[in-house]
Amino acid sequence: MNAPVLEISDLSVDYGFGPDAVHAVADATLTLRSGEVLGLAGESGSGKSTLAYAVTRLLREPGVITGGSAVFHGDDGPRDLFEMDGEEIRALRWSQISVVFQSAMNSLNPVFTVGNQLTDVLRAHRRGMSRSERRARAAELLDMVGITEDRLRSFPHELSGGMRQRVMIAMALALEPRVLVMDEPTTALDVVTQREILQELGGLRERLGFAVLFITHDLSLLVELADSIAVMYAGRIVEHAPAEALFRTPRHPYTEGLLNSFPALHGERVVMTGIPGSPPDLRGLPAGCSFNPRCAHAVDACKETAPRLLPISWEPAEPRRAACLLQTDGFQAPASLTRTGLRAEEIGSTR
Amino acid sequence: MTETAETTETAETDTPVLEARGLVKHFPVRRGWALRGAHVHAVEDVDIALRSGRVTAVVGESGSGKSTLARLLARRTALTGGRLLWNGGEPPSGSRAYASEVQLVLQDPFASLNPVHGLRYILGRALKLHGVPEGQTLDEAIKALLERVSLTPSDQFIEKMPHELSGGQRQRVNIARALAVRPKVLLADEPVSMLDVSIRLGVLNLLADLRDRERLAILYVTHDLASARYLADTITVMYAGRVVESGPAVEVADSPQHPYTQLLLSAVPDPDRDEAPRLTGAGAPPSLIHPPAGCRFHPRCPFAMDKCRVETPPALPVGSPGHTSACWLHESGANTQASPAAGTAGAA
Amino acid sequence: MRILRNRKTLVGLILLAVFVFVGVFGPTLAPYPPLELVGKPWESPSSAHWFGTTQEGYDVWSQFLNGARSILIVSFLSGVIATALSVIIGVAAGYFGGLADNFLSMLANIFLVLPALPFLIVINSYLPAGNKASTALMAAIISVTGWAWGARVLRSQTLSLRKRDFVDASGIIGERAWRIILFEIVPNLVPVIAASFLFTTLYAMGTYVALTFVGAVDVNSPWSWGSMLFWSQSDQAAESGGWVWFAAPGIAVALLGTALALLNFGIDEFINPRLRAAGLTRKGLRQAGLGRRSTLGLTPVVRRTAAAAAAPADPTVIVEETV
Repeated sequence: MNAPVLEISDLSVDYGFGPDAVHAVADATLTLRSGEVLGLAGESGSGKSTLAYAVTRLLREPGVITGGSAVFHGDDGPRDLFEMDGEEIRALRWSQISVVFQSAMNSLNPVFTVGNQLTDVLRAHRRGMSRSERRARAAELLDMVGITEDRLRSFPHELSGGMRQRVMIAMALALEPRVLVMDEPTTALDVVTQREILQELGGLRERLGFAVLFITHDLSLLVELADSIAVMYAGRIVEHAPAEALFRTPRHPYTEGLLNSFPALHGERVVMTGIPGSPPDLRGLPAGCSFNPRCAHAVDACKETAPRLLPISWEPAEPRRAACLLQTDGFQAPASLTRTGLRAEEIGSTR
Repeated sequence: MTETAETTETAETDTPVLEARGLVKHFPVRRGWALRGAHVHAVEDVDIALRSGRVTAVVGESGSGKSTLARLLARRTALTGGRLLWNGGEPPSGSRAYASEVQLVLQDPFASLNPVHGLRYILGRALKLHGVPEGQTLDEAIKALLERVSLTPSDQFIEKMPHELSGGQRQRVNIARALAVRPKVLLADEPVSMLDVSIRLGVLNLLADLRDRERLAILYVTHDLASARYLADTITVMYAGRVVESGPAVEVADSPQHPYTQLLLSAVPDPDRDEAPRLTGAGAPPSLIHPPAGCRFHPRCPFAMDKCRVETPPALPVGSPGHTSACWLHESGANTQASPAAGTAGAA
Repeated sequence: MRILRNRKTLVGLILLAVFVFVGVFGPTLAPYPPLELVGKPWESPSSAHWFGTTQEGYDVWSQFLNGARSILIVSFLSGVIATALSVIIGVAAGYFGGLADNFLSMLANIFLVLPALPFLIVINSYLPAGNKASTALMAAIISVTGWAWGARVLRSQTLSLRKRDFVDASGIIGERAWRIILFEIVPNLVPVIAASFLFTTLYAMGTYVALTFVGAVDVNSPWSWGSMLFWSQSDQAAESGGWVWFAAPGIAVALLGTALALLNFGIDEFINPRLRAAGLTRKGLRQAGLGRRSTLGLTPVVRRTAAAAAAPADPTVIVEETV
């Protein structure tokens, strides 16, 4: 396995303060390895965006980080992002960790040209570059994402949605960071543009070797794109496994239900039900496991104990974890959550 | 829910409840001095038929004209050209009369309900405008509606305000409001796009239920081909304001004939895929103010011929009856085009 | 009501309540009528005359107590009329658009640009003497210059509401336009209308006091703080040492304006949820010991650990004792 580049441990984030605080993220532990794509999947209220913004210290008021650490392995060794002050974070941000935002198309300043905004990044972080050097680098960056150099003089409104997103990616990669955090970068784009951009991203990853934390609600996309996937629900990570394993052999009832919410493009049409109920209000979470009211396999213990994210008790050697009591000692997990080593043809579309 | 041969046959001979022929919608461009007098050609020459007890899905990207089509069918937007047929004849005149037969459900569950009104008022208004059913009080009728969309216990839900409901519940209220007028046709404009993934199927299953039990004619507008394949009996694919392919849902999704549909399928996330997808075509949808001549897809089409740049292809029959594709490749009763993407997709 | 939890609103309400009390009970509580000779001229404040006397020997305290009523009546009446006008004109312009919108917007723009005070002075000069004393007429005239700003605000709010899906949905099920305006749009405008009402009332109060001060309206009847300001200025109270005569009404007017402004802020925060959330957290963070605002781009980190190890010099990292 590759060396870790970002290690998040027991991260907790609240909105607001005092007894009314909303626990948006609770005890999240994740490791992003060099050169890999880690997918973060979840629905509304899952805390996936909150987690990413908190790690990069970009969370807005009233967000507060209330616990945990985020150790970044940068050029000067491992450092905890939560122990740094403003200057250190600013130096690190963008040059070593950069972010492509959710509404990236609205993140471009409408009154400045694309070239201006690209060179702005360089001016802020690379003081030594001359004007012509910056311009050359900006042209190089656009070329890297498949945009012609003449677009340096264009304004954002003159570009299509897909092109603006590419510009955002170019800006994020301007200083060749080690980690790229992408928050729903392709959600607002049409499916063909989304595919094109993701293919280009793959090429860029091979060239530059950065790791990607890819946040989205589209689990089917992550299965194709990510090396490993972490599924979040109500502020907690409920399952973390290699992408293919998560898709073929889920271990958590929520993952199973989520996978059952994406109609297949092949095979016989069968009735699928998704998951009954709706994602909980973070201000009033159920006791015990937050998922238990919607869980088809819940037992009484689930209403009392909140499960921790642990390796699967009966296959401890597998590099995967799930937060489900049924996967711990003393419980029997149902058949649908204990499948092993099946290949595509055997499972077919009877999920 | 598996399609049976009998249903397909009888459905084809029904007169459609609502049919559109040659629909055209051009919006005048208001902004920009240089574009004075120009028009956005949002919908061009669209034929579509909605039949009782069937779901017709309209699939397309944003800018394809699918939402405009829904609004034209609902007569919320005036037609620039073409005509609408109701049971083969003239549609009901007067907006109130038409509204009691054809209803439109909007996309955003969070914006479609007035935050200051409770459910009793929202559903009550729809009932009062079009008549409470015989022998029922207003409250009874409202509760009956709530039960039809599975918002139970209905005596609790009737007292609620919109902000107390989840996205999925709100969308069910929207559907209930549309059902209150007892329409024959239900037009749903991207009804689940803004809902959480795990609750989308619940709402889609409700639509399927309304089709099966109450024999409504349903139009399902979406950008998601997979959900269209799941729910619909017929899929109509739109691109840049025109219909490019139309036919039985599973057939269109499993063996698409039009190059654009093939491109869509190659781009859609598909975890069951064995190999990495190869996109069959590049570029972006064209400007609708100055659309390309001939076939609007030709600038991006890997199979474009000279004829495509000049003449717009009509809907030509391919595959089984009812399956058409507007592409010159299918001229002279041609061969079903094997799609490059279909090979790797692996039909089960 | 949640709106009362806001400290600004509470202070504003209390202040306003005090003034309303003075307006209602002032004339009854006043020891003398405002224009009755009761003492020697220019007396300093004493137990007999709490605020001293005027140049003519009138009791300033009585004048003060009598001064609130007409101001409150004119301001609020004018606020009501002007707000009603702005709702009718603004919402109609926003909902119907087209020619009606063009015409009504032009009307509003004209009245916005019109210099209000000179306009009102001119109008008042044409009134026969008797009418210059009527509060109702005064309120009506002032509201003529006060409705335009509210109308513009309501017009733009209506424009954005009109595009909202629930308005569309009402049209889809077949509601008529007047019902949509009255029952779907206006209920959503209530907070804006309330804020506009307070703002307009504040404006009307200032205008009325100014008109009285300038002498454009009948200065003695009805009696108001503006009258005190007029007379104290014309009798040169500043030079004669009778500073309470102009200070008291001046401060009162300022405080009444402040009360209305505070209420306005309170409603603003209620309307804009993000202002509300920020207010609550700042208080929370302050209680936690974080003195200053959190900076954008630097999410604060608050830990609860057993020992305070980190340097407290960095304001973005706080370490607390376990509770």
